[in-house]
Amino acid sequence: MSGFLAQYGGQILTLTVEHLWLTGAAMLFAAAIAIPLGIVLTRKPGWARPVMGVANVLQTIPSLAMFGFLLPLPWLGERAARIAIVALTAYALLPILRNTYAGIRGIDAAVLETARALGLTGWQRLRMVELPLAASFILAGLRTAAVTCVGIATIAAAVGAGGLGELIFRGVASVDNRLVLAGAIPAALLALAADGVLGLLEYRLKAPSA
Amino acid sequence: MLTKRELRRIVTWKLARRWFVARKLGCMTAAVEFQDVVVATREGRRLLDGVSLAQEEGSVTAVLGKSGSGKTTLLRTVNRMVEVTAGEVLVHGKAVRNADVIQLRRGIGYVIQETGLFPHYSVERNVGVVLEVMGQDRSTRVARCEELLRAVGLEPSMFARRLPHQLSGGQRQRVGLARALAAEPEILLMDEPFGALDPVTRAEMHEMLRELLAQMKKTVLLVTHDLDEALVLADRIVLLHEGKVAADLSAEDFLRSELPEVAAYVRAFHRGLLSKEAQT
Repeated sequence: MSGFLAQYGGQILTLTVEHLWLTGAAMLFAAAIAIPLGIVLTRKPGWARPVMGVANVLQTIPSLAMFGFLLPLPWLGERAARIAIVALTAYALLPILRNTYAGIRGIDAAVLETARALGLTGWQRLRMVELPLAASFILAGLRTAAVTCVGIATIAAAVGAGGLGELIFRGVASVDNRLVLAGAIPAALLALAADGVLGLLEYRLKAPSA
Repeated sequence: MLTKRELRRIVTWKLARRWFVARKLGCMTAAVEFQDVVVATREGRRLLDGVSLAQEEGSVTAVLGKSGSGKTTLLRTVNRMVEVTAGEVLVHGKAVRNADVIQLRRGIGYVIQETGLFPHYSVERNVGVVLEVMGQDRSTRVARCEELLRAVGLEPSMFARRLPHQLSGGQRQRVGLARALAAEPEILLMDEPFGALDPVTRAEMHEMLRELLAQMKKTVLLVTHDLDEALVLADRIVLLHEGKVAADLSAEDFLRSELPEVAAYVRAFHRGLLSKEAQT
């Protein structure tokens, strides 16, 4: 065991950092797209169904196929990490989008009505009422997306994007379970850590009901 | 139901109040005026159908009516929560349709049955929220909040730090009222403010509101379906029926009125009370 760690320890660390970078970048992009989009959809509920439908379809594409589809695209195909980040972003969109939308739409109508009647501007209503009250929902969406992303990012190794999936693929190819576990265990721990940290934040942000 | 003695006391109080307002203002000007107001749905159904009313400054007008009679819609046209389809709503002689909607709403207090308190804000922050968005500093807001909490019968040291879910229904309603008064609005819109409270708490709230209004001289438009509440609080009662004004009478004349809609409303209200008494 110690011999294995001595041989692969450095590599596991590098690939874990790579995995974190792919997942983190994808999560940032997904949050930057899905949270504002979710807010816009609460203002235009008629658009919610088609937009959610698109995000749903993206979610149903098998991950290996998604990486395959993106591979021949001009700018994306040049670097595997770009493909991985775009694909992971696509997978992370739906949970964040759905929860942002549901979180804001679920706010007590009387609270929103009074916020309007008291003369809060649209931006003030969003900043002071809607986002704080929907924060735990949005966090729950980010949490689901993060766990999904950490898992799917292991497949990104199939297109050479690196990450812990590389150890898993190598382990499968050489029928070496130790290598498979060297990739799978840190990936699982990353998912658990993301789930735990975001879960804690979600709990702390949970708004009291009136 | 009100006893004769109570009614006499209320009428005396109201006449004294009206005299005081008349003296104070010198002349009566319409604080809120509805000119042939029509509100229709997209399908063309008329929620309000040519309502014309003028409310004196510093007076309390109760709007009564069955569910769906348009009373809440009428109230919400004043702060443009509902836009009129035709006609004009004037506040202090100025058409609300030309007013800046944010400034208009900040200048009009609004109290609803569900209170709409922000659940994540303390009582203090809830009360001061309008002042906060108007850019007033924290010390001013805290001082104003303490003053208003005392005015609505809540001890600031006990209640200021609490969250809305830590209050009873009556206390929440008091906080809602304090919040509506924070920016010193001249007009107060109240939509069934005490509808969800038990009879004892409701009576306490009536008493508190009467005392408060006697001090503050606000123009109040009160939507209710509770005739007793209207008689206790209002100088004037407007009965809406299917989006139209069926009666516009002083509170004293309302019970004596022989207008068919008024008589039917009074009968139905008393029947409801009697059946409630029989149940208990």
